Amino acid sequence: MNFETIIGLEVHVELKTESKMFSPSPAHFGAEPNTNTNVIDLGYPGVLPVVNKTAVDWAMKAALALNCEITRHTKFDRKNYFYPDNPKAYQISQFDQPIGEHGWLEIEVNGEKKRIGITRLHMEEDAGKLTHTGNGHSLVDFNRQGTPLIEIVSEPDIRTPEEAYAYLEKIKSIIQYTGVSDVRMEEGSLRCDANISLRPYGRDEFGTKTELKNLNSFNFVKKGLEHEQIRQEQVLLAGGIIEQETRRYDESTGKTLLMRIKEGSDDYRYFPEPDLVDIVIDDAWLERVRAEIPELPDARKARYVSELGLSSYDAMVLTLQKPISDFFEATVKAGADAKLTSNWMMGEVSAYLNAQNKELEDTELTPEGLAGMIKLIGEGTISSKIAKKVFKELIEKGGDANKIVKAQGLVQISDEKVLLEYVSNTLDANPQSIEDYKNGKDRAIGFLVGQIMKATKGQANPPLLNKILLEEIAKR
Amino acid sequence: MKLADKTASELQELLHSKELTIAELTEATFKRIQELDPKVDAFLALNEEQATKQATEMDQTDATERGPLFGLPIGVKDNIVTEGLETTASSLILKGFNPIYNATVVDKLREAGMVIVGKLNMDEFAMGSSNENSYYKNTKNPWNLETVPGGSSGGSAAAVAAGEVPFSLGSDTGGSIRQPAAFCGVVGMKPTYGRVSRFGLIAYASSFDQIGPITRTVKDNALLLNAISGHDEKDSTSANVEVPDFTAALTGDINGLRIGVPKEYFAEGVSEASKQAVKDALKVLEEKGATWEEISLPHSKYALSTYYILASSEASSNLSRFDGIRYGYRTEKAGSLLEFYMNTRSEGFGDEVKRRIMLGTYALSSGYYDAYYKKAQKVRTLIKQDFDKAFENFDVIVGPTTPTPAFKIGEIIDDPLTMYANDILTIPVNLAGVPAISVPCGFDNGLPLGLQIIGNYFDEETVYRVADAFEQATEFHKETPQTWEGAAQ
Amino acid sequence: MAKITKEEVIEVAHLARLAITDEEAVHFADQLEAITNAMELLNELDTENVEPTTHVLPLVNVMREDKSIEGLPREMVMKNVKEHEGGQVRVPTILD
Repeated sequence: MNFETIIGLEVHVELKTESKMFSPSPAHFGAEPNTNTNVIDLGYPGVLPVVNKTAVDWAMKAALALNCEITRHTKFDRKNYFYPDNPKAYQISQFDQPIGEHGWLEIEVNGEKKRIGITRLHMEEDAGKLTHTGNGHSLVDFNRQGTPLIEIVSEPDIRTPEEAYAYLEKIKSIIQYTGVSDVRMEEGSLRCDANISLRPYGRDEFGTKTELKNLNSFNFVKKGLEHEQIRQEQVLLAGGIIEQETRRYDESTGKTLLMRIKEGSDDYRYFPEPDLVDIVIDDAWLERVRAEIPELPDARKARYVSELGLSSYDAMVLTLQKPISDFFEATVKAGADAKLTSNWMMGEVSAYLNAQNKELEDTELTPEGLAGMIKLIGEGTISSKIAKKVFKELIEKGGDANKIVKAQGLVQISDEKVLLEYVSNTLDANPQSIEDYKNGKDRAIGFLVGQIMKATKGQANPPLLNKILLEEIAKR
Repeated sequence: MKLADKTASELQELLHSKELTIAELTEATFKRIQELDPKVDAFLALNEEQATKQATEMDQTDATERGPLFGLPIGVKDNIVTEGLETTASSLILKGFNPIYNATVVDKLREAGMVIVGKLNMDEFAMGSSNENSYYKNTKNPWNLETVPGGSSGGSAAAVAAGEVPFSLGSDTGGSIRQPAAFCGVVGMKPTYGRVSRFGLIAYASSFDQIGPITRTVKDNALLLNAISGHDEKDSTSANVEVPDFTAALTGDINGLRIGVPKEYFAEGVSEASKQAVKDALKVLEEKGATWEEISLPHSKYALSTYYILASSEASSNLSRFDGIRYGYRTEKAGSLLEFYMNTRSEGFGDEVKRRIMLGTYALSSGYYDAYYKKAQKVRTLIKQDFDKAFENFDVIVGPTTPTPAFKIGEIIDDPLTMYANDILTIPVNLAGVPAISVPCGFDNGLPLGLQIIGNYFDEETVYRVADAFEQATEFHKETPQTWEGAAQ
Repeated sequence: MAKITKEEVIEVAHLARLAITDEEAVHFADQLEAITNAMELLNELDTENVEPTTHVLPLVNVMREDKSIEGLPREMVMKNVKEHEGGQVRVPTILD
């Protein structure tokens, strides 16, 4: 039997506001435990929440960027559950009137475009952080309590782990462009839970789903879903049934493990938050927020193709991350050729960042530096080979390509007289190679070029060198 | 005349003429509390050391910088958070709780120069009508120590009635200021919802709770409401409306005032004495130029059910934070987290609180939400509309505050429905959110009766004007209970 | 008339994190039943076209500017905490 996989994702994004969703304590990441809280975050008796306006603006901005319809009359509700990281024992969230609904985004997998629906986007507050000590108790740090969150729930439109990966990349990309979050999974400002179920092809109703948690990177989301897909298939093929349960992805084994079986649905006893009044969004407010949304990745991508002549694939890769795309644009603006810049960004720059596990902003490379170097290549001042040396210098130490080239004497030798001398000397020293060449061994040329490059420290202008070398051999 | 008999302006005159210092007044207050409170049991924590220090410092303040409440003592209901002064809401679950912040009203009392002398007993988490639900003690009615003072602000009303303090703050969710004020023969005002900040009021039912003043006279009451009212950025439900000088409304002139008297407030269960007292009061008001007509608030009989569903639902959520982790009582008997939660809360909460948490949890749980919570929210709309319609034609609505005078301690504590019925005449006001006052209007077998005057939204001025006119024309507020006799100061 | 069973009471108590004995559950079942039966008076009313009231005042869009105020000193945070270690609040471990 063949099964169709149905995947839905719930993505939580922390907004990078200065203060918290409902209290004025600082919302930034990385402070000493329990130093970024106040009586409101701690759920002291008698405290009341007040909505952070910027958080609402930004939630709306994210919702608009994800093509959601904005709910003009929205409100907050209480979600009741006991847990030590949830000090009031209710989370202020949104239940039946989320700020955004009916959105979508477009992904591209193996050249195929697909639209994934977004059911809803709602605002809520983050919980504190629990650490399990392993000796009979756990520890709570309430710093994160109250940080503004948006939860983005997808339609069950995703069919493969690859699509799930592409969806997450796209959400991250769009949110990053809007500037409302750092969307860093490693810092927890972007988190993802996945629901997955299988059904025989052709059937309409969904199978029983499991929920995957502890997915700490996009790769783990993909791997966790891949594993869970196989596990469910095996259970079903063996005539078993899937239990509605929560499973965690175990990074060390690459498997999903049972956390708990869900008994019916959790009864969160949602009801309207009596301590907060409703939010009514008029046209002026909505249009002000809409106007603050910058060009988004899809629009940029289309522009790179139509205006800069890049391939659709290159344009997609370049626009995925805003810092990369911004850097690319600044480099082109500084006078570099768009296609060459694109090649360098997707080649050397990307390879370097992957190898070093760094972000572009953590390096010394500037758009002006890269543009300077690409211009030198275009003018023939340096060869592509030399450029790699210059690039290493630029990305590690920064500076100006021209100066580096001059200071290190890396300028390409394009003077025919100078090259002729190197060629003559090399030919004089290698009569056997001339002989070999004339006997039809073309490889001998490669050897001779190598010798000359070595002697010139790689600075010989390659086409010119080739031309002179062939002319000189012919004369002997 | 003893200090305990004096009004705010009389005390202020003595302070102004230097016949009395704030330190002396404060000392006399504590002396009277020490003498009377063993009988009345109104106070929980006393703030003697700090109050005495504050009083001595305040005596240095220039007279020109003193407002009408400067240097005067006040007691605060124990569900209002006071920094550095134990705040328990009369619950074991908050025993020893030492707040690290002040309620907005407490800051306002300080700005007005009032001296907080202590915290007042109440029904646990403001749930109750007799003060018998306090974990710590039963407050007695100064008029008859075998009867209840009412609740939940029983300590606040009893302390004022006994002359222990001239002022106190209470809170009113379903009648918790007005009912004990009626039982204790004092003046208790529940302001319009949103008039006074709730920040720092330990929430029972957020969409109903409102802090208000309890005093012996209407003028003192208006003075105290002046001090605590106003928009608070820390309370999203506090209204950004101007606060008038409520004392300016006390003109004594109610000529042409239109009074609506709801027939539903004279229904079965309301004692003849209560009905008669209100009828007599209407005559007094008529003599001063007011007119009255019988009206109908047709949804009144649904108010009690509506209130208990909504208030208990909000309470079940509001009281979930008491889990022993960050403050308050923590069980000794816990292995797992689940046991920890269950034991802490079961040991820490009293029966009535548990009963309402259970009721609220039930009403909100899936499958029942629409039948109970949502339904009650809709009926709340109908009750609110009853008042809106009435205020199209009338300036105030007048009726009894309670169906009966104070009952005996222990008499109905095991019968929740009968106990709940005590609030049948006060609850509709909280459902609508309008202001209402209770002023003394008579006696039944030596126990005070209260006249309830209900006003339109943010029209406390008219309520005060009527209450003051009535007070000026009657002597009820001058009667003093037995506990005053022979007491010091 | 809604019948509230002991089992329902136990389930509700669990949701509310209240430990109750069987005896208490029976007692609560009786009381809750009496109360909820009284509540059923509301069913007399046709509320089909009535809007629910959450707030009595017509306030909307009450929000604050995104400005932060330094957090409480940790000693203050721990002032009423009975068990803590290393600046964190201690709780019994979570057994899922």
